[in-house]
Parts: sequence; structure tokens; C-alpha cells
Amino acid sequence: MNTVESLEMPLREIAHARAGDKGNRTNISLIAYDARHYDLLVAQITPERVAQQFAYRKPSHVARYLLPKLAAMNFVLDDVLDGGVNDSLNLDMHGKALSFHLLAISLQVPIAMHLQTIKETA
Amino acid sequence: MRQGRNTQTLAVGCGAGFSGDRIDAPGPVVRTLIERGGPAVIIFEMLAERTLATAQLARRANPEAGYEVLLDLVLRPILADCIKHDITIIGNFGAANPRGAGSMIQRLAAELGLAAPRIAVVEGDDLSSGDCRRIVRDALEGDFDEHRFVCANAYQGAFAIAEAITAGAQVVVTGRVADPSLALGPAIAHFGWAETDWDALAGATMAGHLLECGAQVSGGYFADPGYKDVPGLDDLGFPIAEIAADGSCIVTKASNTGGLVDARTVKEQLLYEIHDPARYLTPDVVADISDASVTEVGRDRVRLTGVRGHPRTPTLKANVFFDGGWLGEGEISYAGAGAESRARQAMDVMSKRVGRELQMRFDLIGVVSVLGDDKDRLLNATSVGAATDVRLRIAAKHEDSAQIDRMLRELTALWTGGPAGGGGVRVNKRQRLSLRSCLVPRERLPASYAFL
Repeated sequence: MNTVESLEMPLREIAHARAGDKGNRTNISLIAYDARHYDLLVAQITPERVAQQFAYRKPSHVARYLLPKLAAMNFVLDDVLDGGVNDSLNLDMHGKALSFHLLAISLQVPIAMHLQTIKETA
Repeated sequence: MRQGRNTQTLAVGCGAGFSGDRIDAPGPVVRTLIERGGPAVIIFEMLAERTLATAQLARRANPEAGYEVLLDLVLRPILADCIKHDITIIGNFGAANPRGAGSMIQRLAAELGLAAPRIAVVEGDDLSSGDCRRIVRDALEGDFDEHRFVCANAYQGAFAIAEAITAGAQVVVTGRVADPSLALGPAIAHFGWAETDWDALAGATMAGHLLECGAQVSGGYFADPGYKDVPGLDDLGFPIAEIAADGSCIVTKASNTGGLVDARTVKEQLLYEIHDPARYLTPDVVADISDASVTEVGRDRVRLTGVRGHPRTPTLKANVFFDGGWLGEGEISYAGAGAESRARQAMDVMSKRVGRELQMRFDLIGVVSVLGDDKDRLLNATSVGAATDVRLRIAAKHEDSAQIDRMLRELTALWTGGPAGGGGVRVNKRQRLSLRSCLVPRERLPASYAFL
């Protein structure tokens, strides 16, 4: 994508997220505020991109489930919680904070789309 | 509540989303259910994974104990109103001792001058002894350590709850049941669904899923100022689901409270702790939300439709706890110019004095902490900065509590023997429980209810 036509911004600007744990696995939902941005998420926030963001936690697998009717995706990251709530030494043994690590990923938003949103908000 | 083939909506309020939830939350929910009129119940989800193992240990120390310790505080303000207005109370606050909880509620009712309520206890989840324990041992194969075993509990489903309500229970006390089954049980009793009404069971299961974490669907675990603003976060109203005869629902919340219910809060909670959205497994049904829709239908009113159900699996999930050794944690703070350098120097001292015998995790709170990992990969990849308010945290686990004691003494010794200006030492040691999960055959482990 040509940088003149698009703007780089953190995911947090166009989507929200929630993390939940089960054992040594976290799931992080990613939900577009505006359904028109859903395709951007699908195109850019791939399982590979998410695996890269969490690489330091060595996920053994990252699955992505698409929920177009909710303009949402669900990421499931295996083996990233240091054994899970009963084994981890983390203060946040559930990994509750990880949703905001996902939202720190940046993505390219076409300027036209960005302007349209600003105009409507104004 | 009346049972059978009702067509009228059932209102299911939520009074707690975990053990230790706000005890002033159920009051406004009950008041709203009364004002609304019509059939209503209130559920209490108070049993996280570890809560039950802790309760089992408490019961071993005192046979009268082992149920939710806050039960009196939670039910006292609402019990009379619920009985008077025919609002059935369903809760997993029985934990490791549902009969003990039931007796406590009987005493509470007597103390409040109420006629003795009909209290049912649901049993069949505890697999800790006898044949059940053998089933669990077989399911875990080589992973079952008899010497370290603490307890085993299966996640039971909604039908025993439904049967108890149909038989006239005003209060249903359970131990381990799947969280959404707390809401599905009364819906089954109310609508008369069969065990194979998969779509309806799945719909009400997801209603229960939305309710089971209390405020998490009504503005809690959600606010992000400037992005997701929540009015009245200091007075969050707890949720209510109005479940229809087809299993779809409208989620709303207690009147005259803070918080909000909108498409965003509902979507976040719908996907909370879900893996494959097409296969959300509970003891009652396999729920499929891959085609579900969430629609705002009014202020603080969101409709969930399109949930599909598939036949339940032949197994139940069981959680098995074992003694997990000891966890030690210690912290010390550094502030002002050079704080980060001094905290990092303290970390180096700990590493050199203890690191050979014990694998420690380090956090530099104020630089890198909760996002980090137990191997400190993120911390090691973070360049040294100039943070001016840094708290060093160390943590380790070990079988031998003496090793943990030694680590904590070394951390404490940083007070006088570490870098300049270190203060605020706190150390903490506690026993750990480790968890193994397995699947056990449903037909060998039926749940049942009994009146006290």
C-alpha cells in the first residue's frame, strides 16, 4: 500500500479487544468499532502478524476465527501463559493485559476511509 | 417461578460473577426483577477453578466449612425479597460443601423470620473419592500423583438444576457446574425444553455465558477512557438476560445503576474465553455462535440471536488438583534519578546470590512487568531506560519451601545490602495448587438433586 494513500495507526484506534484464559491458552477477541473496517482487520491482522507480536511468549500455535456478522475475529494463542493461572509466575497470571498488547499492533488505514470516519464523527 | 411449557420470557438476573464480587450488586438486580414483574430468577457464579480446590482444603480442616465464605453477606440483603416475589435463587456457592451452604441458608432464613424455604442441593460433581476417583485416575493415565492429590470435580450441567426447580426448589445450591448451566437450568424448567432442543439450549447457554461474569457484560472489564467510556463505573449495574422461548435473549442491566450494555460490551463478553466459535462445549450442548448476531434494540438493551446448537458430547470435563509446591514473591522499590539503574543492579545481585539454585522471574514494575514472560525474554529485549519509579519484583516456585524462604531473605537483605534508596520491601510465600483437566464418561457420573 502506498504510504501517501494510507495512514499508519495503532489497532486501538479502530478496534477493541478482550483477553480470556483457559489453561495455558489465551483467546483475544478483536472487534471493529465500525463494521466497514472489518475487511482491513482481516487483511492485515493475520495469525502470522499476531504470532509475531507475541513471539517473545513462544506461541506453539495461533488460530484465527472470523465472525463477519460481529465484525470480529477471535485469536487463540496456545502455550503463551507460562503454564496458566496455576503455574505462571506473572503478577497477571491470567494474561488479562494481553488484549492491549494486541491493540498495540499498527495497521495501514486508507486515508479516504479515515477521513470518512472523521467526517461522520464530526 | 412457574414451570412447564411457558411462552412468556424468563428474566435471569446475575448477582455475582466470581467469588469476592461486589456484595451490593444483587440488590438492584432483585429490585429490577420485582419491578419488571413476570417470571424471574437470580444466579450467582462464585466458583473459579482454584476457588473450589481452596474450598476443598477448607472443608478438610473444618467439615462445616468449604462453601462460599461471603454467602451470608451476599444473600442476607435479598433472600426475603426473592422468597416473597417468587424469584428462584441458583448459585454454585455450595463449592465443596453444598449441603453446608444449604444449612447456612436455612439458618439465615430462620434468622430473618422467613418460613423455611425449599432448598435443593445438586450433587454429583465431586469425584474425589471411591469409584469416581478411579475414573479420574484412569482418565489422567500416568498423570495422576496419588500423594499430591487434592480433589477432582466434574463440570455438571443444567438438567439437575432444572429438575430441582420443577420440583419446587426456591433456592438451588450447586458445587461445580458449568457456569452457563446456572442460567440454562431455570430456562429449561421454565420452557420445558428437552435434552435434544439443541438450538434453544445453545441460545440460553450463551445467555448464561453473557451473564456468568457479572459486570463484564455491563461495562466492567471494558472501560478505556477516550475510547470506550463507561458512565458510572463506580456503580456498575449487574446484568439481566430476558430469555425467550426459542433461546434467544435480550441482555440488559439493573435499573438506576451505572455501566452500559451495548453491542460492544456484548460482543466482547460473547467471545470471552471462547476458542472455536462454532464449538463452545458445555455439559448440555455444543453451542455455535459463528452465525450469531448482536443488535442494539434500546438503551442498555441488546438482542442476541442466531445461536445454533449441536448434540452434546459423551464426556464431561473434570478438573483435578494436586499439591503444586510453593510460590514466593518479593518486591522492593527504587525512585528518583537513577532508579531504573539501581533496580537493575538489585536484580543482578539477586541473580548472582540466588539464581544458581533457583530459577527466578524478574519484573521491573514501571519498565516491563505484566506483559513480560517467565523467561524474561521481553525484559531482556527491552533497552535500559531512565525510569524514575521502579519496583523490582522477583518470583519463583519450588517443591522445597526452604528454597523459597532463602530467596525471600535475600530479597529482604537488599534493604541494607542492596543499591541506594531501596524501600518498601514486601515478601509473600504461599502453597500452590496445580491443575490437570481431563474428560470423563458422562454416563458413569450422573448429577442429582435432593431437598434438604
